[in-house]
Amino acid sequence: MTVLIDKKSKIIIQGFTGKMGSFHAEEMIEYGSNVVGGVTPGKGGSKHLNLPVFNTVKDAVSETGADASILFVPPAFAADSAMEAADAGIKTCVAIVDGIPSHDMIRIKRYMRRYTKSSKMTLVGPNCAGIISPGKSMLGIMPGHIYKEGRIGIISRSGTLGYEAAQQLKNLNIGVSTSVGIGGDPINGSSFRDIIEKFETDDETDAILMIGEIGGPQEVAAGEFAKENMKKPVIAYIAGLTAPKGRVMGHAGAIVSAYGESAIEKVEILKECGITISKNPSVMGDTVKAVLEKM
Amino acid sequence: MDIHEYQAKKILSDFGVTIPRGGIVYSPENAENKAREIGGSKWVVKAQIHSGARGKAGGIIVCDTPLEVAQATDKLLGKKLVTNQTGPEGKIVNRIYIEEATDIERELYLGLVFDRSSESIMVVASTEGGMSVEEISKEKPESIIRSKIEVAVGMQSFQARELAFGLGIDPDLIRRASETIIGCYKAFSELDATMVEVNPLVISKQKQILALDCKMSFDNNAMFRRNQVSELRDKTQEDSKEVFASDRGLNYVSLDGNIGNIINGAGLAMASMDMIKLAGGSPANFLDVGGGATPEKIVKAFKLVTMDEKVKVILVNIFAGINRCDWVAEGIVEALKKIEVNVPLVIRLAGTNVEKGNKILKESKINYIEANTLEDAANKAVAALKS
Repeated sequence: MTVLIDKKSKIIIQGFTGKMGSFHAEEMIEYGSNVVGGVTPGKGGSKHLNLPVFNTVKDAVSETGADASILFVPPAFAADSAMEAADAGIKTCVAIVDGIPSHDMIRIKRYMRRYTKSSKMTLVGPNCAGIISPGKSMLGIMPGHIYKEGRIGIISRSGTLGYEAAQQLKNLNIGVSTSVGIGGDPINGSSFRDIIEKFETDDETDAILMIGEIGGPQEVAAGEFAKENMKKPVIAYIAGLTAPKGRVMGHAGAIVSAYGESAIEKVEILKECGITISKNPSVMGDTVKAVLEKM
Repeated sequence: MDIHEYQAKKILSDFGVTIPRGGIVYSPENAENKAREIGGSKWVVKAQIHSGARGKAGGIIVCDTPLEVAQATDKLLGKKLVTNQTGPEGKIVNRIYIEEATDIERELYLGLVFDRSSESIMVVASTEGGMSVEEISKEKPESIIRSKIEVAVGMQSFQARELAFGLGIDPDLIRRASETIIGCYKAFSELDATMVEVNPLVISKQKQILALDCKMSFDNNAMFRRNQVSELRDKTQEDSKEVFASDRGLNYVSLDGNIGNIINGAGLAMASMDMIKLAGGSPANFLDVGGGATPEKIVKAFKLVTMDEKVKVILVNIFAGINRCDWVAEGIVEALKKIEVNVPLVIRLAGTNVEKGNKILKESKINYIEANTLEDAANKAVAALKS
């Protein structure tokens, strides 16, 4: 079983008939993802891209057996759509959308506390590139061909920096088991810690590359978790050495506001946790390779 | 998005927090009248800029007569104030807030922020008001009390009471103090704020609890549903290039160096800046044109970066995914037909159809330096600076 998605995952698109939803649904289908339909309230009963459209996620789940969804709805409605997916029994939901208010993200996470751990949906994102398990399934907007099949797990806040890493690995003939973009927002569905925990138990993953950046406590929390609980090696790169304090660097969550949130401080803390640091973004692939050679 | 002190105080007042009597003026003539209208025998003239530490920069003047109020207003209006938060260029004073002076007995600190670890709202209070929260945590960390608020149910009276007692407030003022703290919480949660800071929150000799100064920031992502808040934006307080960028959907932060950047994705942009630094250079800006890097955005980005006189080299680094390098290359070629670039230009493309993209750039007439990796791009940008 691959982390989060595999060949059998049945995917629905929320916001299916819109421009973004249609475009990326076609990309996912072309990659080989098992897209079984979509949801656009009010268009239920029609067909789009030769697939059924439903009014509600519950309808889509009961008709198709869908267990994964991806959101292409505008930010104002995204929180509602994510909670609808959780309530309908979706297991993995990716929110691509950039611009969800932080107060809405907190609301989603509080709403999801009603579920037990085993029945709780894994929300990935928002403001992210999504999930890909190369050769199996893509639940995201990444260029699938830059990922080679293999045994490295990637977790990245940034989309394009995650692509950069996948490309560097591919150039070194190293493949990826699953790559998860957790997104650049201050409050997100899944944290670094949530995902490395999944990689630790995934028998298709040998080592994990974590691509973090300035701002927030998540990289450190993941480092502390790894130190206490993990056997698989973790390699990390933290972007934003030159970022000035107190400024938002593009991602809403990329802002240094407390101790331990700058790139230098995160690197120091991660080193203490036994994590191998990629000293610059050009050698993420080489650093992973060096770790693999020692295993 | 940040707002001015007087705007933040008006919001607090709407949520039941007491503020000193005051009014906003735009000219010395107004100021004298306003002081009389406010009444009393002592006034504080406060420059309105988006920064704390205004007092140390001379932006706050205490006056004894309405004439002095007018003179102080005249002195401050149009001036650029430089504080430890504005950067060396400072911020222009276009508005003056005049307030009756308060007889202060105690100065307290009250701040509300998102706590990213617990994903809740954190209220931070201290008996050491008047200092910045950084100073308090360094010098008097034992004075800080915190309360995590469960957003689903909101702040409860007991939580506000605990904070008020924790601050050592007199029993007969506890109720008013709790209402004040809850008022601040409501302003935070009902208006999509990301920060509310009342510093100092004072207890006056007349036993009133007053917000003497206030800073507020709001979630830009929530402005679609906060018309009244978004109207409070004052673009004169923002870097002109950053305003130009945000009006065009670009993420831009002005920096001190001389290598201009055009990059897609915030993480890749930060990583490229890191590489520039490691190569011995210094970035002039952070600029994320968005993951998609559409030709329109690239044109706007070139316009923005060439506006900056500090820029001596431009580095373009695009990792094209779905948007393909050939398409991005065509966008760059189009942009350079419209915009004149008089400094060396380094371009690194990566991702889908990179060979096609580089071929388009080579066959065009544009004058540029090709780079292949992140490291190569940064090294070539720094080398171009020296040539």
